[in-house]
Amino acid sequence: MKLPSETTNVILCGVGGQGILLAGRILAVAALEAGLDVKKAEVHGMAQRGGSVITHVRFGERVFSPLIASHQAHFMLAFEPLEALRYLDFMSPDGTIFINQQKILPQPVRVGKMAYPTGIVSKCKKRVHRLIAINATHNAESIGDPRVANLIFLGMLSRFLGFPESIWQKAIQACIPSTKQEINIRAFQFGRDFLMRRLSIPEKEIRGTYIITS
Amino acid sequence: MKALLSGNEAIARGAYEAGVIFASAYPGTPSTEILEAIAHYDEIQAQWAPNEKVALETAAGASLAGGRALVAMKHVGLNVAADPLFSLVYMGCPGGLVIVSADDPGMHSSQNEQDNRWYARAAKLPMLEPSDSQEARIFTKLAFEISEKYNTPVLLRITTRIAHSSSVVTLEPRAEHPIPPYQKNSEHHVLLPVHARKIHPEIEARLQRLSRDAVMQKCTTILRGNSDVGIITAGVAFHYACEVFPEASFFKLGMTHPMPVDWLFEFALSVRNIFVIEELDPFLEEQIRALGIEVTGKDRFPVVGELNPDRVRQGLYGPETEKKEHSHEPVSDEIPPRPPVFCPGCPHAGMFWALKKLRFRVTGDIGCYTLGALPPLAAMDSCLNMGASIGMAEGMERVLKDSRHPVAAVIGDSTFIHSGITGLIDLVYNGSHAVVVILDNGTTAMTGHQPHPGTGRTLKGHSTHKLDIEQLCRALGVPHVEIVNPYHLDDVIQALKRAKSAGELSVIISRAPCILLEKRRLGAPLVIDMNLCKACNVCLQLGCPAIERVGQQYRIDPAFCVGCGLCARGCQLRAIVSSDDMMIMN
Ligand SMILES: Cc1ncc(C[n+]2csc(CCOP(=O)(O)OP(=O)(O)O)c2C)c(N)n1
Repeated sequence: MKLPSETTNVILCGVGGQGILLAGRILAVAALEAGLDVKKAEVHGMAQRGGSVITHVRFGERVFSPLIASHQAHFMLAFEPLEALRYLDFMSPDGTIFINQQKILPQPVRVGKMAYPTGIVSKCKKRVHRLIAINATHNAESIGDPRVANLIFLGMLSRFLGFPESIWQKAIQACIPSTKQEINIRAFQFGRDFLMRRLSIPEKEIRGTYIITS
Repeated sequence: MKALLSGNEAIARGAYEAGVIFASAYPGTPSTEILEAIAHYDEIQAQWAPNEKVALETAAGASLAGGRALVAMKHVGLNVAADPLFSLVYMGCPGGLVIVSADDPGMHSSQNEQDNRWYARAAKLPMLEPSDSQEARIFTKLAFEISEKYNTPVLLRITTRIAHSSSVVTLEPRAEHPIPPYQKNSEHHVLLPVHARKIHPEIEARLQRLSRDAVMQKCTTILRGNSDVGIITAGVAFHYACEVFPEASFFKLGMTHPMPVDWLFEFALSVRNIFVIEELDPFLEEQIRALGIEVTGKDRFPVVGELNPDRVRQGLYGPETEKKEHSHEPVSDEIPPRPPVFCPGCPHAGMFWALKKLRFRVTGDIGCYTLGALPPLAAMDSCLNMGASIGMAEGMERVLKDSRHPVAAVIGDSTFIHSGITGLIDLVYNGSHAVVVILDNGTTAMTGHQPHPGTGRTLKGHSTHKLDIEQLCRALGVPHVEIVNPYHLDDVIQALKRAKSAGELSVIISRAPCILLEKRRLGAPLVIDMNLCKACNVCLQLGCPAIERVGQQYRIDPAFCVGCGLCARGCQLRAIVSSDDMMIMN
């Protein structure tokens, strides 16, 4: 069998209720619209009651496994810092991590049984080529709804994937009911322009760690 | 046309294309979305059944009448439907009948890790296993053809990674399946011993025939590669193996019962080393070994848990390969786990708090409320299977007879209707004194808020008769039935005390809608008045995720709090107040 040329692997992780399934779906639909083979793996049920959630999205010429193997993920969208740490082993050394700095305390921390780990950003950075940390939740609030943080992340990611913008528009329209589209598109655009605006360097030159406080 | 569909959506699409006219299910992760997707097709009568056994029986009726029918369930659901399953293989299917079993390797959302492929062997019915969404659609259609050609129900066995993974599917139009004129055939359809004895040899013969049927060509994939390594596999494991060892020769089974034995022999002769890669039990491996073919299997690939590309790589190359390549320091901290928790404002939480306070032994059941077993509430002694709480409460009470620790069964409304009612009849009949608490949130919350007979709405969204749980309990003969509002902790405690001392069987219906269905806050967020708080920790024991402790300080996160007021009622010091009142005081 012929080995397919490079597949792009994206991990989306966070806490149940953060819009991870939706973000994964938009990303997968965009890849399909771009004419690629796509696979997406997620889990429903128990994990969604405030538990840890992970979605795998893979696209390329031909994709076999729906799950990403260790050290093979090119991108991680971590909607919560602790969840970035939890799934860090998926990251490839030349990968890029986007971290939302807004913490959500897990039950053992909330009740004072365990401590929330410190220095997450630097621990993650040691493993990857590029790390961008922002408080997407605050940014989403300023756009008008904290729940659109997921679209801000997709907007940032879109800069690294090279799909034409029209494909993203189509994917968002296909996945989000018309009444909610306007604010979600605004959040996507915000994310898409964010890096350029804040760092004023082209994405491909971004290396190292960027902690962007709003 | 191409679309990105989950395996569940692809099965629904396949059923639509196959001309299915009837579909039924009881929800259960990871199978639930199959019926939810089928419900969008106007051509198909799609409905929720109260449990899997009834779902299969309704489908059996539709099939007997000549219509194509599909049922779907999670793996343990097939245990509930096993009685009709085994005999339906004898009765046969004038209209094609496909039973989808969604197994859950890794137990993402299940109480056990059973491998339902054994059912195909035990009940002697054909089984297909798709490996992605496209195959899920195609195999569903194929399953209907096989079902009608061989007059047998067909098992379509999927796993979580098929059900909840999405991939690209080509869509075809629906082909209507004309219903033949009804033919009464009591020799085949009335399973008296005298009839069934004649049918059994037919079943054995048809499995033999099927293993050599041309349909095998449509569901078997043989890829010729390296002749040193041959991989026999099925389901999603095929894709993991392709990813890890693309140079190998592959024999991928689509039909895993009966197996295409002749081709397997041929393949075995063409490669030097054979690996059998399958999730869970050595189902294929044992049968292939029994053919006299030597293989490597479960000695290298785990029986426990789900497979993934890493585990398949380790099985093929040995465990050391991974480590050498990536020798970075491990993430040193203990990473706190993030277990699922009750939603803020969940009406179930207060009941568990009260049961614990009154020192009940609690036989639990399956649903969102099983979270009451986890700390800080930790107020559940058992959770076995759907409906078990009620019978177990009786058994426990008969043995313990300890007045300091009365026994209560706690069961959700959907679970009660699924399989709790017969248990309750037993308690009435045998004179049990247990307490049965029915948590009536008006929905099947755990699996994503499906309506059930107590909701008064059907899968297709039509309104229907609403089962009255209170009337039902009275009609069964329960002597003491009462309804409480679970947010009113004092009322809950009083009701439990009354039930405890009633000296007869009591049912307490704890009634409040699932908080996720209440699209509004129940009140202003609450705040803790630190002047009054003595850090007694009681509020934290309620298990509400909006309440947190930082050192000796307690805090309610206003972003999470829905204002249900449960914590305010639980606080003896009256230190928790509505933020509205707090503002007035300031
Ligand atoms: C035999 C069987 N079928 C289905 C399931 C999946 N399942 C788990 S809990 C549940 C229903 C929960 O509903 P309910 O009892 O109303 O409790 P809620 O989650 O609403 O609190 C279902 C369908 C199962 N575990 N076992």
